[in-house]
Amino acid sequence: METRALSLFKKPSAVIPLLVLFLLPFTTDNIHFHHVLIMFMLFATLSQAWNVIGGYAGQVSFGHATFFGIGAYAALVLLKKFGLTPWAGMLIGGGVAVILAILIGYPVFRLKGHYFAISTFAVAEIVERLFMNWDFVEGAIGLPAPVLPENLFHFMWYKDKMPYFYIAFVFFVLVLLLAYKIERSRLGFYFRAIKQSPDAAEGLGIDTTKFKMVAMIISAFLTALCGSFYAQYILYIDPPSVLSLDISIKIVLVTVLGGAGTIIGPILGSAILIPLSEYSRILLGGTGKGVDLIVFGALILVISVFQPLGVAGFFRKPGKGSHGNPQG
Amino acid sequence: MEILKVKNLTMRFGNLTAVDDVSLSVRQGEIIGLIGPNGAGKTTFFNCLTGYLNPRSGSVRFANHDITGLRPNRICKVGLARTFQIVQVFKEMTTWENVIVGAFCRTTDAARAYDQTLEILKFTGLYEKKDFRVGNLTIADQKRLEISKALATQPSLLMLDEAMAGLNATETNEAIELIKKIRDRGITLMIVEHVMEVIMSISERVVVFDSGKKIAEDTPDKIVKDPRVIEAYLGGAYHA
Repeated sequence: METRALSLFKKPSAVIPLLVLFLLPFTTDNIHFHHVLIMFMLFATLSQAWNVIGGYAGQVSFGHATFFGIGAYAALVLLKKFGLTPWAGMLIGGGVAVILAILIGYPVFRLKGHYFAISTFAVAEIVERLFMNWDFVEGAIGLPAPVLPENLFHFMWYKDKMPYFYIAFVFFVLVLLLAYKIERSRLGFYFRAIKQSPDAAEGLGIDTTKFKMVAMIISAFLTALCGSFYAQYILYIDPPSVLSLDISIKIVLVTVLGGAGTIIGPILGSAILIPLSEYSRILLGGTGKGVDLIVFGALILVISVFQPLGVAGFFRKPGKGSHGNPQG
Repeated sequence: MEILKVKNLTMRFGNLTAVDDVSLSVRQGEIIGLIGPNGAGKTTFFNCLTGYLNPRSGSVRFANHDITGLRPNRICKVGLARTFQIVQVFKEMTTWENVIVGAFCRTTDAARAYDQTLEILKFTGLYEKKDFRVGNLTIADQKRLEISKALATQPSLLMLDEAMAGLNATETNEAIELIKKIRDRGITLMIVEHVMEVIMSISERVVVFDSGKKIAEDTPDKIVKDPRVIEAYLGGAYHA
């Protein structure tokens, strides 16, 4: 059984699309196109992160905006107030997200059913309100990035989007490899077992509480990293843009549309939703706010009726398991 | 040598005493059968031993560990595995993927776990169907898969809860052969069945439950002649 993550690079079906993706921005100077590519990779990565707990381990979170927002605020606040490089802010944000994940997970993972979904939602709402009223981070006014020279240390560029593209690409590939590695390792099998039958999983020696927590920690950490990237990319954040339910829902929708519990699902879901969302905004302007979500809702309806496994389900061989043969 | 020792185990649900002061010991390498009418408390007894229920009182010792009240995953790790009366397979996974979950109990290395999985599948006769999604397996194969998953955790005591219910005569015979093969691997077995013929043909010792109490314990040939057992199964009118 091939378990090393790098074996993904031996597959032409994985390498060629990645190469194409990398070369795409060089085909045009259109900055908006570069922006769409960056957002696509960001949401594919967010969705990949959510997928660990929500897709594989089956614990649906409606509160991932909290981790995203914590990452975003950690990077910008620490840069603005303490001059700390956002790369460090990113790791600190990730750490805070992990602590919060443990605080949420510890009580609720002992319960069964939907309590987890409800509690993530509740915590996310509370955190958004707190940030709205927290003067240190400028509350509802929001936090603009300080004006500093463009470079990798400050993690900011004003006109050129290509540095962001490279960083997003590296993130995207690393998280893809990580997801691939997890799926083929003990963790991946444990997560899927817990999702499908927690009782049977316990009986086979799986500490279900512990492994749900592991899934949650990985997911929260990666989500916070994405949040930091987003803050440094947009260079302005406020609670509605990084902590709101909209973000949480969008992450869930991308994954469910693409195919929860698969590697390719987050990528497919993001490739469909993000261009739809970005281009409908251009087409319809401010009046079109939310149109992408309406279209997306309709897509979800169609998909769940015809292919409950998400778009990824169309690529699955009938009768076979979801993850191909172990030699692959 | 004793591998499992249950002392004065009692389990209550409200006013109902499902398991009533049961003591029992199991010797290494034997096949012990547990029989009794529906509702006699066999499955509750199983659940108390394997951590799915917390017994009200009494103790369970397994291979020199006190396992009373431990969570199922801890009990599995010390070497006591079980199957479920209603199969608990991972429906979205293939046969080999189901079994490898059990194999990961003893190793974190995926390649080794996979090798062990293939060995188990060959042993239980499911190798040809290793790539099937388990929803497509017959009931007999799903029961076989239940046993394969539990075997993959490398137990020293395997507890089978009605592994043969719902099987036809041919399938039942195959299951009996498998159980004997498992015993020959050096694994002790405790088997719950309420089909008398099955349990009598393979058990070295039979324990009879009725209304939560252990009413008899003996070799199969003596058990079938025991008046208390006949009464529990057939009612007082048939008392010989």
